[in-house]
Amino acid sequence: MKLSVWTYEGPPHVGAIRVATGMEKVHLVLHAPQGDTYADLLFTMIERRNHRPPVTYTTFQARDLGSDTASLFKKACIEAYERFKPELLLVGASCTAELIQDDPGGLAETLGLPVPVVPLELPSYQRKENFGADETFFQIVKTLSRPLEKTSEITCNLIGPTALGFRHRDDVLEMTKLLNSMGIKVNVSAPYGATPKDIELISQAHFNVLMYPETGEMACRYLERTYSQPFTKTVPIGVGAISDFVKEVSEIVEINASNADTYSQLPWYSASVDSTYLTSKRVFIFGDGTHAMTAARIAKDEIGFEVVGLGCFNRELARPMRKFAATFGLDALISDDYLEVEKHIQAVAPELILGTQMERHIGKRLGIPCAVISAPVHVQDFPARYSPQMGPEGANVIFDTWVHPLVMGLEEHLLTMFREDFEFHDEAGPSHHAAHSPGQKNEPQVTEATDNIAENKIIWLKDAEKELKKIPFFVRGKARKNTEKYAENNGFSEISIETLYEAKAHYAR
Amino acid sequence: MSSEKSLAGCMNAPVLKERGQHEVFCGLTSIIWLHRKMQDAFFLVVGSRTCAHLLQSAAGVMVFAEPRFGTAILEETDLAGMADAQEELERTVEELLSRRTDIKRLFLVGSCPSEVIKLDLATAAEKLSERYFPKVNVINYSGSGIETTFTQGEDACLEAVIRGLEPSNERQLVILGALPDIVHDQMLRLLEQLGLKNVLVLPQVRVDEKVSVGSNTHFICAQPFLGASFEEMVRRGAKPIFAPFPFGANGTTAWLKAICDIFGVSKETFDAVTDAPRRRAEIAIEKVSKILTGRSLFLFPDSQLEIPLARFLNQECGMKLIEVGSPYIHKQLVGPDLQLLPEGIIISEGQDVDKQLDRVFDHMPDLTVCGLGLANPLEAKGLTTKWAIELVFSPIHFYEQAADLASLFARPINRSEKLKIGRVA
Repeated sequence: MKLSVWTYEGPPHVGAIRVATGMEKVHLVLHAPQGDTYADLLFTMIERRNHRPPVTYTTFQARDLGSDTASLFKKACIEAYERFKPELLLVGASCTAELIQDDPGGLAETLGLPVPVVPLELPSYQRKENFGADETFFQIVKTLSRPLEKTSEITCNLIGPTALGFRHRDDVLEMTKLLNSMGIKVNVSAPYGATPKDIELISQAHFNVLMYPETGEMACRYLERTYSQPFTKTVPIGVGAISDFVKEVSEIVEINASNADTYSQLPWYSASVDSTYLTSKRVFIFGDGTHAMTAARIAKDEIGFEVVGLGCFNRELARPMRKFAATFGLDALISDDYLEVEKHIQAVAPELILGTQMERHIGKRLGIPCAVISAPVHVQDFPARYSPQMGPEGANVIFDTWVHPLVMGLEEHLLTMFREDFEFHDEAGPSHHAAHSPGQKNEPQVTEATDNIAENKIIWLKDAEKELKKIPFFVRGKARKNTEKYAENNGFSEISIETLYEAKAHYAR
Repeated sequence: MSSEKSLAGCMNAPVLKERGQHEVFCGLTSIIWLHRKMQDAFFLVVGSRTCAHLLQSAAGVMVFAEPRFGTAILEETDLAGMADAQEELERTVEELLSRRTDIKRLFLVGSCPSEVIKLDLATAAEKLSERYFPKVNVINYSGSGIETTFTQGEDACLEAVIRGLEPSNERQLVILGALPDIVHDQMLRLLEQLGLKNVLVLPQVRVDEKVSVGSNTHFICAQPFLGASFEEMVRRGAKPIFAPFPFGANGTTAWLKAICDIFGVSKETFDAVTDAPRRRAEIAIEKVSKILTGRSLFLFPDSQLEIPLARFLNQECGMKLIEVGSPYIHKQLVGPDLQLLPEGIIISEGQDVDKQLDRVFDHMPDLTVCGLGLANPLEAKGLTTKWAIELVFSPIHFYEQAADLASLFARPINRSEKLKIGRVA
């Protein structure tokens, strides 16, 4: 039993949902109790998807236990097939259904559905979300792929992007552009955007680009083993990694890659004088293994930061992460306990955190600026604009994103000059980023407000003042103003709770 | 309270009972507001990684500041033998209590996996209560999805709290239901102005607020989803007060009136206290609800607030009801609201989400109230939606919030009318 407050990864079936939702014409029937449908909102709210994830949950209840959960599952399978007519059906169990051992795979097989059915083993009490995605996609590839002639043109598959992935949508586009500039076409991008028919054609590509080892490595290894498709080991995030990636690809398919369009603004932005203030800033880096390692390389070699802490939450990448951190003279932090991560951050006191949504909150609490480099992420990390992490545009996006939470170069100097200034001091935070500034009070000062009132000669009675404080801070200022205006217009000299609500009703819109 | 059209309303109307995929939260989700309301309590879910993930996904970033809840995640080793799991739980509680010395009430919250493996949390709570007496009171209840839907988690929690209340013969009023602070205080102020003494509220903000129960206790629910707590109060000898729920001007007046009738508050006092706030609520509602009048409404099952809210939106805002879905209908509790619903609408209980979606597309209502999993997909298909979850987090009860409540529904319609750029997703 492990006490946990926040988790970096969901259970493995959420990984399976990420694969199913990323693909098209696939449906997942998940044997699960009511409540597990919360997973839908990750996709419809956080990622703003315009359709429900293609998942049917059996939503069994206590009264079904022991009697007919198995027939409930079969019914759900048949109805899901009839309604959604998928080309591929995935079946699996969430943590609770795993305990009642109904064997979804076996049950689905007896139904004789006219489409391939892939049973998923998702050990909820041992593994997590990334494993669930990796395993699900591997099983799909194993079921649907078949030996094919290689295409006459040089082609590759993009492997690993899923729904709810950190910038996966844009990375796919950016990678396609980069590969096209080298004269390489994309055969299939999967799971994101692929149909089962696309997966059938996966073996005709010359090689695989493993974009995210977390969610695509098992499939890549299988494809290498079965169809002699090599896969790339470099994840092209950052200028140095892009160049290594291009070299790796050109060796795999034996082409001259001099046409590769790898131009990014990052090297010049880092070299321009304003960026001197970035030099040797102390950064702490934490995320999934892939994003954390690529970030560390950029931080050190492409911006000139000093990396003072490095780690990942996914144990699957612990070994490469440890080896990599050692080259920075660091012991990697491998942990999925956010309290432990917080302790480390507190101990090394970095000037910038590059992390996940968790570290953003840790940073907020500790007053340390943070930029997000990895899942888990929240709705603001699915921007409307094109903002990949991979490829040349990814490098541009990364420079901008990391620098944004920091106080700008000249401003930092001015802060040192005017250290004693009452409104221009380091506690005030970056001037372009007021809302996120560390240590700033969100409420207008009470004394100020009282002064104003004294001028207007309208007195807030104690109870009314107390009542006002109960109103959320972001509308409190407006409520105060409206009430005073209302009192003034009506010739009141005092504001009581009654006046407060009279005014509220008066201004109701 | 003067709907003279029909006394029965929808009280005896047939209920469409459905059993299919339920697109609803489980009872654990209630912890998100309960842990804020009960300031010396900690909620320890004994469950799986899914439970922990649900809590953080549903909570989003709202409560990231030091939450007073956590999950004891069951692992492979715990599933092997029961004795181990009990010991592990005790060790986890010890770890927690040594870190959080401010905790006075610890709720051990059962989940789907803990129920299925029949982990005996009741015995564990008893044992732990003895061990940490008198510093920490350990209470258990189940918020599992196989037994509870969303707000029923609060119900199960309160039921457990009521079970542990001291007996008392004091003539008193107990109000059931967690309310936002501002609403809670307004309610107490109104009741005080009405001359009521001995008013107690469950759940208590802090454990030192003594609440007792007995045959001289009268009680009323401020939330419609407290069926099990209601039954437990009755079992403890307390006498229920029935009324429409205090939403809008009419709802609030009827709710207060029902209390005043029991406690013999005079009509003069009642009118003197309620006239002004009622009138301003009516005026404010009228302003806000213009955009709602005559529009059609479809409510998906979510929190059991649906029937009282439908009553408010129909009776006080002039909306036309198509379907009112509720995860569970406790006829005694929501009866007074059901009676005020117009005949000829669909009342549904439980859910088969795909069939319900078919019905929503058949009717294409002007406004659809639904959960977060459905809202964007429906918006993308041209429907205007209101997230139901906001209704359990926002101050919506009583006179002063009546117009706010109406505007929660008006805003999405307002937005749809303002946006001139289509909505291709």
